[in-house]
Amino acid sequence: MSDRQAFPPQVHEHPEIAARFGDIHPPFEAQAAITESNRCLFCFDAPCTTACPTHINVPRFIKKIASDNLSGSARTILDANILGASCARACPVEVLCEGACVMHRYNKQPIQIARLQRFAMDGFHQSGAPLPFEPGEDTGLSVALIGAGPASLACAAELRRRGIRALIYDARPLPGGLNTYGVAEYKLPFAESVREIKMLSQLDVEFHMDTTIDAAKLAELEREHDAIFLGIGLGAIHKLGIGNEQLPGVTNALDLIAGYKSGELTTVPERVVVVGAGNTAIDAAIASVRLGAAEVHIVYRRGPEQMSAFSFEYEHAKSEGVKFLWHVLPTGIHGDKAVKALQLMKLATTEDGSIIPQPGSEFLLPADWVVLAIGQGTHSAFLTANGSDSARVQLERGRILIDRATGQTSHPKFFAGGDCTNGGREVVDAVADGKRAGIGIAAWLEGLHVQA
Amino acid sequence: MSKPKPTLETTFCGIKCLNPFWLASAPPTNCGEQVMRAFDAGWGGAVWKTIGEPITNVSSRYSSIDWEGRRMMGFNNIELISDRPIDVNLQEIAEVKRRYPKHVVIASLMVESKRETWHDIVQRSEDAGADGLELNFGCPHGMSERGMGSAVGQVPEYCEQITSWVKEKARTPVIVKLTPNISDIRMPARAAKRAGADALSAINTINSITGIDLNTLQPNPNVDGKSSHGGYCGPAVKPIALSMAQQIQSDPAAILPLSGIGGIATWRDAAEFILLGCSTVQVCTAVMHYGYRIVEDMQDGLLAWMSEKGYATIDDFRGLSLPNVREWKHLNLNYKIVARIHEDLCIGCQLCYTACWDGAHQCIHLDRTAPAPDTTLTPAMVEAEAARRISTTPIPKLDSNGAGHTNAITPLERIPRVDEDHCVGCNLCSLVCPVDNCITMERIDNGLPPQTWEERTAAGLVPTGASEVLTNG
Repeated sequence: MSDRQAFPPQVHEHPEIAARFGDIHPPFEAQAAITESNRCLFCFDAPCTTACPTHINVPRFIKKIASDNLSGSARTILDANILGASCARACPVEVLCEGACVMHRYNKQPIQIARLQRFAMDGFHQSGAPLPFEPGEDTGLSVALIGAGPASLACAAELRRRGIRALIYDARPLPGGLNTYGVAEYKLPFAESVREIKMLSQLDVEFHMDTTIDAAKLAELEREHDAIFLGIGLGAIHKLGIGNEQLPGVTNALDLIAGYKSGELTTVPERVVVVGAGNTAIDAAIASVRLGAAEVHIVYRRGPEQMSAFSFEYEHAKSEGVKFLWHVLPTGIHGDKAVKALQLMKLATTEDGSIIPQPGSEFLLPADWVVLAIGQGTHSAFLTANGSDSARVQLERGRILIDRATGQTSHPKFFAGGDCTNGGREVVDAVADGKRAGIGIAAWLEGLHVQA
Repeated sequence: MSKPKPTLETTFCGIKCLNPFWLASAPPTNCGEQVMRAFDAGWGGAVWKTIGEPITNVSSRYSSIDWEGRRMMGFNNIELISDRPIDVNLQEIAEVKRRYPKHVVIASLMVESKRETWHDIVQRSEDAGADGLELNFGCPHGMSERGMGSAVGQVPEYCEQITSWVKEKARTPVIVKLTPNISDIRMPARAAKRAGADALSAINTINSITGIDLNTLQPNPNVDGKSSHGGYCGPAVKPIALSMAQQIQSDPAAILPLSGIGGIATWRDAAEFILLGCSTVQVCTAVMHYGYRIVEDMQDGLLAWMSEKGYATIDDFRGLSLPNVREWKHLNLNYKIVARIHEDLCIGCQLCYTACWDGAHQCIHLDRTAPAPDTTLTPAMVEAEAARRISTTPIPKLDSNGAGHTNAITPLERIPRVDEDHCVGCNLCSLVCPVDNCITMERIDNGLPPQTWEERTAAGLVPTGASEVLTNG
């Protein structure tokens, strides 16, 4: 086990990556931000606030921009969402706050909530002000949080504000989970994610990085701490289960994205084929274009109406030149020492929505890389393995079952949140889960100690 | 029957005007070159920047109130009268009149309160060719400290005295410009009328401090760290100016042809002043903001409106709204209206709800989806319920009913309901509603004949104490 780190080392931006992945939404200039904030109607019980999983009081933070109270604006955001800076950049606001804005029913242009939120948070960071919260008075209680992603970070912040020790364990060198390693760089730069998390060390959150937790270690943590929070995310990306998948040139979307974000990957070959049509597939495909691929395909066994990517992500991919092949099934990978082509079989659709393979329709799509983005597995093995006395937690299709309001699992001492409970959603969903769990853990512990 | 083609040509206290749009005495009428460009742009007249013994100005001189991102909703200045020699101003007036004989040039005057001095400036102005004289009894800053401007306008006796000196000499119409910095503007107006003034203009600017810089603690406009009371004008003052115009035009002892001033920027503003009895209007701030070119739409818009309403001349609609301004005691107490929310237009912002609960009479409720009307649900309870809701980012494939998919239609639970039995018809909800015509105030037939407070009191239906409060208050 590594020693507790005050905070991981400085992160340096990679100029080549920064140049290729410029901001998709440029920041507001001050006067434009004030004009936009004045456009907000200041709805009562605002739909944007309700739509936000973390319930940021959107009209309140926007009106504080209008009144030139930027520190108050940032405090309003952070109070509800400790990762408010990265959510301002990474959230699919089209289906969240901005999608719920009443302006859609009025003058049609919703308030640019995400850009305003970023304006407030950028101002806060530039001011160099400390987090507007302090650790609560020490309770002597402690919680181990497994995984350093958004769920655990949000949970830790709530715990620290209530005087409960928060020790975060993660196998990676830097905290943030997918926030740091998995969000497209033109939305949320790697360095921005790390900078934001660095603020959490002001709350004395303890980071134990490069630390893998196995079943035995989990049992040990369970003994040492008053509660365990599982923010373990999802596991590896599924394999296709076809021949030649071990060939060089077969990779997966998460490795591709983490690779370029951390600067280890700066180019991709000429022809890239991404398998799958979720938001991660789109991110990998666009990244491939930006990293120099001449031809990028997304192949999917169903049609555009069934893909899980948001429609604005689909439009973005098309605008970057990504080509889509619908109703095709990968049936083989061709190549000797490296990938040369992906073999695809056409699929027919029926009225009831099922897809029927069409033998004999196979064709080859030339590819130097095949990038898999067909969903992730779970870490259920880690939870169910080991013959220890702990019953661990109840799962459903690999997901950890929780009480949505408190994050508590079937094992009272275990709480969970984020992708490992919802099957994989957004950063903001993980933050909301972690926040509810942090409050839930504190309430549960208080209950125990009152009874005792 | 075809409607007559309307004209903007009009007459003001005997002065023929191409149109009722004049530039007020201010920086836009500083010099002849400006006034001629203004006439080219379409202005019918100009009241020259006040002429008197040249002064020295300070810098800065202006400051303003921005409102929610819009510039200059209110404007203030501490500039004094013309800083140019009297001779130069008068020569330029002569030049302008020679080149633009049909346009109106009024000499605005302010000199020390001596009979001979006034006689002299009147003579010289008329010799230069001015069509009329405007006596600046309104300037609220600087000049008033020297016994001129509003120092005169605030004392009816001074106002009467100087006006009568001017009238002894003047051959052209004399317009007295009034200050609003007085408790009853009718008093100086009556004084001017007693002294034989031919017309009035109102209002001059209002005493103001536009704001304080929160970093330096210095007020605006900033002159080396200090400021002084400045004259407030611009869109923010229009309601005050309209009210004063109405007061003057409804007072038989004060009524004279009136040139309306105060926050006029569009043809609509001008029409409102004329409906309250003004014959011409004077504009300054809007021109300082956007330039002389704004007069194009003032002419165009007013003509279109006159044509639509069937008015051929300015006099056809001048003063038509005066009978509709009454004392409170003459208003119908039995007139009953209630708010009605049109569900098809409601966007669900619920500003009417919060306004009615916190600023009015708690008669708008969020209970459309409740099993029965519920008037006990407070705003705090609504917010607490919302905070308990758990929301998730919708995934297209899994959650077809996500937030983003229903944003074209307002959910029924977000559309407030008016309790018409308790609605007092105050208008507040319809005023805060951001959507035009979404909340309308509808008349309710309560079967009662019209009855005013005065009638009710006369009929003995009001307790004595209550009627005394009104009389004394």
